[in-house]
Amino acid sequence: MIELVSADRCVACDTCVHVCPTDVFDPGTGGAPVIARQDECQTCFLCEAYCPVDALFVAPRTHPLPEHPDESSLRESGLLGSYRAAIGWGRGRTPGAALVPVVPLRDETGGRTP
Amino acid sequence: MLDLTADVLVVGGGPAATWAAFKAAQAGADVVLADKGYCGTSGATASAGTGVWYVPPDPDRRDAAMASREGLGGYLADRRWMARVLDQTSEAMGELAELGRYPFPRGDDGRQLRHGLQGPEYLRRMRILLRRVGVRVLDHSPVTEPVADASGAVAGAAGYRRQQDTPYRVRAGAVVPATGGCAFSSGALGCDVDTGDGAMMTAEAGAALSGMQFSNAYAIAPKSTSVTKTACYSYATFFHEDGSVLEGAGSQRGRSVIARALVSERVFCRLDHAGETLRRTMSLAQPNFFLPFDRLGIDPFTQRFEITLLAEGTVRGTGGLHLAGDDCSTGVPGLYAAGDAATRELICGGFTGGGSHNAAWAMSSGIWAGRAAAAHARSLGPHAGTRRVHATGAAGLRPVGKAGRADGHREVVDAVQREVLPYDKNLRDGSRPEPALAELDHVGAQARESLFGTARDAVRARQAAAMVAHARWMYTAAPARTEARGMHTRADFPRQDPGQHHRLLTGGLDEPWVRPLAGAAERVAS
Repeated sequence: MIELVSADRCVACDTCVHVCPTDVFDPGTGGAPVIARQDECQTCFLCEAYCPVDALFVAPRTHPLPEHPDESSLRESGLLGSYRAAIGWGRGRTPGAALVPVVPLRDETGGRTP
Repeated sequence: MLDLTADVLVVGGGPAATWAAFKAAQAGADVVLADKGYCGTSGATASAGTGVWYVPPDPDRRDAAMASREGLGGYLADRRWMARVLDQTSEAMGELAELGRYPFPRGDDGRQLRHGLQGPEYLRRMRILLRRVGVRVLDHSPVTEPVADASGAVAGAAGYRRQQDTPYRVRAGAVVPATGGCAFSSGALGCDVDTGDGAMMTAEAGAALSGMQFSNAYAIAPKSTSVTKTACYSYATFFHEDGSVLEGAGSQRGRSVIARALVSERVFCRLDHAGETLRRTMSLAQPNFFLPFDRLGIDPFTQRFEITLLAEGTVRGTGGLHLAGDDCSTGVPGLYAAGDAATRELICGGFTGGGSHNAAWAMSSGIWAGRAAAAHARSLGPHAGTRRVHATGAAGLRPVGKAGRADGHREVVDAVQREVLPYDKNLRDGSRPEPALAELDHVGAQARESLFGTARDAVRARQAAAMVAHARWMYTAAPARTEARGMHTRADFPRQDPGQHHRLLTGGLDEPWVRPLAGAAERVAS
C-alpha cells in the first residue's frame, strides 16, 4: 500500500491525485497531496511510475504497515523511485517496453533451463 | 450535474475500452469515455503487462495456434472467431506500432517482436491516441446505471464524478460496456476496479451472459502482496512448510494442487529452474514481478517465500456477456460489449486464455464494438443523444424495501467473498455448488431489499450489487453443467460428457436463470 508522500521531493503537480485508479490521494491543503483513503489502495505501484520526482513509496504489503517507513532509509536503499527506473520512464532512460517482450514459459513437465 | 451528449459512450478505461473509443472516433463518432479510475492506469493490464496472441499470417502457424488450446477449453471455442481475432490483433498491433509509436523490442533480424506489451506504456499510449482523435475522457467517473429511452433501448448512462463530488449523465446513441471482468475485490493486481459493473448494467437491460461456470481462476502471488503475475512461476518449485516438495504442484497445470494444499497448510515457493540468462530476461520483461521481493529483501531464486492464490473471477476466467453477433452486439439495442466484460468462450472455450488471449480479445472485441456502436448511433440520426431517457438501475440504487445503512455495501461484499474466494468452494473440489448458491440467493434478495447508497456510496453499493450478481451467475451456471469441461471441475462429475458439448447462457438479476445456448453444439463443432 501507499505509505509515503515525500514532502521534501513533492513538487505539488497533483499527478498522483489524477492517475491513481482508486482515488487514494486528495490534493491536501499543505502543498503536497495527502493519502486520504489508504484502505482503497490496490498496491498497483502506478502512482510511483507516474511521479516525476520519485516522491512516493508503495510498500508491497496489501495491508498498512504498523508505522510509515523511514524516508531517509528508503532513499539510501534506492527503493524510492525504483519502479519508475525499472520500467525505464523518465528523461534519459530507455523505455522498458523496448527491451524484452515476454518471459518465455517453461515447459513444467521438464524443459531445459535457458 | 454534468449533462453530456455524444454519439457513443464507452464505459471503462482499459484496453477494450480505449480501442472501442479510438475506433468509434475514427469512424466519425463523437465519443465520451467514462472510466471509474484513470484511463491509463485502470484495470488488470495497465498495472501488469501481458503477452499478446499475435501470430503472423502463416496458415500453418495459425492452425497450430488455434489447435493448441482447443482440448483444454473443452472444445467450446469457435475457429471462425479465433481466426477473426488473430487477423484483427495483427492489424491492431501494427497500428499500435505505427500510430501509437509503441517501442516494440526487435529480434536479431531487426523485426519488431509484437507478442507482448508492457502495461503502463501500452495504456499511456492508448490514452494519447484517444486525445488525438478527440475522444472526451472522463476520469474518476464511475457509471452507476444505464439510462433507456421510451422504447427500452439503452440511450446512455448515469454516474458519479468522485473527484468533483457531482453526478453526471451521458446520453448517447450507443453504449459500449468495457468495464473488465469481476474479480470480487480479491486483491489481484490492478483488479480492485474490476467489479463487473458494465456486465451488471447490461444484464439489467436484458442481456445474457455465457460461460459463467468457467470463472474459477486463481493466480499465484507472494503472500500478503498484490503481484499476481504468473509467468515466472513456471520456473518454480513448490514446497510444504517443512521444506519437502509439494508433489504435482505447478503454475500451469498444477495450480489446483496448490489450492488443495492451501486449504490446510502454508505453501512456499522458489524459482529454482531459472538460470542466469533467464533471470535477466525476467527482470526486464516483468519489473513489477520483482517489486515485492526487492522491497521485502527476498531473493526469489535462492530463498523460499510463502505464496497464496488470489481469485481472478471473470478477469482471467472466460465468463461474460453473451455476444449476439460478429459486431459484439449484446442483443439489447444500442449495447455492444467488449473485453473481459464480454464472454471469451468464443476464442478460449472453457479454459482461461491466460494473458495473451485476453489481450488479443480485448483489442479485437473493442475494435468491433466501437465500430458497431458508431454505426448504430449514426443510424439513429442526429437526435440520438437528446432522447428523453429514464434511469433503469435496480439493486443498490432503488431498494424495494426500506433503505439500509450507507455502509451496507461492506456486508454484502463480505458475504459474497465468503462464497467465491475460498478455493474449496469455488474449485468445487469435493463441495457442491448448490449450498453456495442458496446463500448467495439470500444475500442477493437482501441486497435488492435494502442495499442503498448515494454519491460515493452509490458507486460502492452498485459495485457490491454487481459482485452479488456475478457470484449468483457463476453458481447458477455451475450446477447446470454436470460434467468436467475446461476449467469447470466437479468432484461429483469427474468426466467430460459428450452430451453437454454446448455453451450455457445465464442471466437475470432478481431470479438468475441458466439454459443451454440453442444450436451451440453445431456451431462449436469443428
